[in-house]
Amino acid sequence: MRKVLLAAMVCLLAAGGAFAADDVIKIGFYNCLTGQNAFGGQLELEGTQLALAEIPEVLGKKIELVVVDNKSDKVESANAVTRLIERDKVSAIIGTYGSSLAMAGGEVAEAAKIPVMGTSCTNPLVTLNKRYYFRACFIDPFQGAGGATYAVKTLGFKKAALLVDVANDYSVGLNNFFKQAFVKLGGEIVSEMRYNSGDQDFTAQLTEIISKKPDMVFLPAYFAEGAIVLKQARELGATFRFMGGDAMDNPEVVTLGGEAVEGFLHTTFAYDPSMKDMNPVAQKFTESWKAAYPDKDPNVNAALGYDAYILLIDAIRRAGSADPEKIRDALEQTKDVPTVTGLTTMNATHDAEKELGIVEIRGGKKQFIGIVTPEA
Amino acid sequence: MSLNMFIQHFINALGLGSLYGLIAIGYTMVYGILRLINFAHGDIFMLGAYFVYFATIHFKLPWGVGVVLAIAGATLCGLLVDRIAYRPLRSAPRISALISAIGVSFFLENLATVVFTGMPRAVVQPPWLMHPIPVRGIRLIPLGLMVPVISFLLVAGLLWIVYRTKPGLGMRAISFDIETTRLMGVSVDKIIALTFALGSALAALAGIMWALRYPRVEPFMGVFPGVKAFIAAVFGGVGSIPGAMIGGLALGFVEIMSIAFFPTLSGYKDAFAFVLLIVILLVRPTGLMGEKLEEKI
Repeated sequence: MRKVLLAAMVCLLAAGGAFAADDVIKIGFYNCLTGQNAFGGQLELEGTQLALAEIPEVLGKKIELVVVDNKSDKVESANAVTRLIERDKVSAIIGTYGSSLAMAGGEVAEAAKIPVMGTSCTNPLVTLNKRYYFRACFIDPFQGAGGATYAVKTLGFKKAALLVDVANDYSVGLNNFFKQAFVKLGGEIVSEMRYNSGDQDFTAQLTEIISKKPDMVFLPAYFAEGAIVLKQARELGATFRFMGGDAMDNPEVVTLGGEAVEGFLHTTFAYDPSMKDMNPVAQKFTESWKAAYPDKDPNVNAALGYDAYILLIDAIRRAGSADPEKIRDALEQTKDVPTVTGLTTMNATHDAEKELGIVEIRGGKKQFIGIVTPEA
Repeated sequence: MSLNMFIQHFINALGLGSLYGLIAIGYTMVYGILRLINFAHGDIFMLGAYFVYFATIHFKLPWGVGVVLAIAGATLCGLLVDRIAYRPLRSAPRISALISAIGVSFFLENLATVVFTGMPRAVVQPPWLMHPIPVRGIRLIPLGLMVPVISFLLVAGLLWIVYRTKPGLGMRAISFDIETTRLMGVSVDKIIALTFALGSALAALAGIMWALRYPRVEPFMGVFPGVKAFIAAVFGGVGSIPGAMIGGLALGFVEIMSIAFFPTLSGYKDAFAFVLLIVILLVRPTGLMGEKLEEKI
């Protein structure tokens, strides 16, 4: 009897699945919802969900978002993508925060020929030689050069020290691009110190850097570690400025770092709630975010989560089908799509071409300083 | 390297090393008495940090009260872990208790992820603990001095309990032979519960100090310090309380000084620590202060 019941249930489920496939388009979403990078991944999910609420259907079909946690872990990231493709049979995927994680997930998607729209994974290797990985963000060579340009040309810094996480692909990459550009623009690197993801004590590296008396320290860290580094630097009496990349763009930097993050600079996408002249999409996004989450500010991760969804829906609409191969072809043709972080065009290497912004923390608040054009 | 810089590195190393030592003494005490590597130690450490976070930030209690409540809460959790996961396995082979300990560790980490969410939270440090005192170009923070002092006091206190009190006598007896101790009319389960209570209180205190020094709590925060403390305990000789403290300090000094003297190799500080551990174990297989193990026939 039990077997019969079980068989009946399986049939029902299968039928349900087949039925569902007809009028629903499944989009997978994998990101860091727990673990080290949960702050970023969670915001990206909220951004995507906001966009889903605004555009719940495409081609007359409802969109179902299947959310999977990659636990900020490379192995779990590959597992998450496998699960989305094999069990949930999604047409396309959005994700993730963290370039190392995107690379792990990307291998799986590439083999299964399912297109992925990256959110904030900015390392060039994520889309390098990949047919199916795209991203809603710019890449680190652009960002590193922009940071160096601002540091040398606008702030007049000549001596920089570097503090890099050697276990993190994003950090290593961005560090190298900044270093190249800084030296090219006439600056000097006085010290290059390293640490490993998960380290909590940076006093030895910072004591060494302080002794070299740099004008600034470039810190391509994730914000949770970055804020702790800034705190320890101030405790050790450091007076130089710190600069980071887009991974430091998180409201929690101020909560975690307190007074120590005052004057901290970072490069980021051309969106911040403190911006003066927002484009219409950014205005709409900021308003609906404030309505949905009145007690917290949006940031670039939320914006990129939103943008990734918009870009994907745009491609599905142009493809006129939920077929992964057709979506992929349409994604490649993405041109001047209005998104929160500016007009987005997909270039030949599947990276979004958009503007670079500079943010400084002043009076415990993020202030959008302006747009930088990289010169090196 | 200037003298000032060396002193600054020395102070940094003392701060980090005594934190490792503080976690390691609880680890090693439980091992010394029960011959059980309590993998859940790092997770009780995490619970202690979370409890103090909730007490001081959510319920706005003063720090003193928060610390006492957090230690009490974590101690209770430690007792529950012993009652549920270890006591039924008292007469089982040692490997079963070890596997149970690993299970408890995973359980607590994932329970914390569900209950507290995976988001790291910022701990607000009391300003007087963090305000740097510049002494001739060297920066001292009160917390950095407090941790070594507390650790040394705790080592002395633990040694007193184990060697000078009646329950301590029971603990030492259990470490020799549980069955004979039971036959002597000692309430073995009570003594073991006391051991876990002490170990958990120490883990919680270490967790609180860690959260004050590196002001962030998250469910997996105990894994990495737990591993480091385990290394420190092995380094010093598992089971030896002063050994754990020395092992912790040695580990902290190797990590900091390897960066101080070889700045270009700063990415390899863990490698330095592990190489030293291997060398020590090759020369002295029982660790720095470990007692010689005699094979029982």
